[in-house]
Amino acid sequence: MSFLSATPIDLAALIARIESPSYGGVASFLGQVRDHHDGRTVRRLEYSAYGPMAEAECARIVAEAEARWSVRVALEHRVGALEIGDVAVAVAAAGAHRDEAFAACRFVIEEVKRRVPIWKKEFYQDGAMQWVDPARVANEVTHS
Amino acid sequence: MPAPTTQIVNVRVLLFASYADRLGLASVRVALPAVATVADALEHVRSLPGGEQIPPRPLCAVNLAHAGLDTRLVEGDEVALLPPLAGG
Repeated sequence: MSFLSATPIDLAALIARIESPSYGGVASFLGQVRDHHDGRTVRRLEYSAYGPMAEAECARIVAEAEARWSVRVALEHRVGALEIGDVAVAVAAAGAHRDEAFAACRFVIEEVKRRVPIWKKEFYQDGAMQWVDPARVANEVTHS
Repeated sequence: MPAPTTQIVNVRVLLFASYADRLGLASVRVALPAVATVADALEHVRSLPGGEQIPPRPLCAVNLAHAGLDTRLVEGDEVALLPPLAGG
């Protein structure tokens, strides 16, 4: 099972992988490409990853969630070129009840953002582009 | 304590995203003294042209897992210098 995908993410297919008659709650999260960042208009973006480590780190995060709560988790993150509105990341967590499903889903997306080696290059309306550093608001900008 | 040896440790350092752009390189082979850490590999990369733009304490990984600067390196290790993560 690969956590990185070069093709569009299908949430229904993701949920189908983890559903079971014993699970009464399924929580999901979709991260989508925004059309603005730091006051600028974003035209498109590209995700790149340290593939082998990203796969390993996603597997560790899913395993941690499944050990901590009685859930099954599915996770997929896009790489490559994305357009505005495209789904960049999807998480689904299924459990007997909603509490563990919500908690596991939230845990997984937060850990993905914190730990998985993926980078985002934004291309702006004015032709500039930059690698996004979530910790910085005003970043260096290079013109293409 | 055994006498110091002249052994060296060969590691590969991978660069990504903004760091790869700044050095114009995706990977660097580095030969280090036998008792070496991630910090030593980092110091070497930061001494290359463009390397000074990598911060003194970046996120690092060894063999596909996050690792601190004080992590000891052995022959064949794959070190990665990770710019600020932006997934999700």
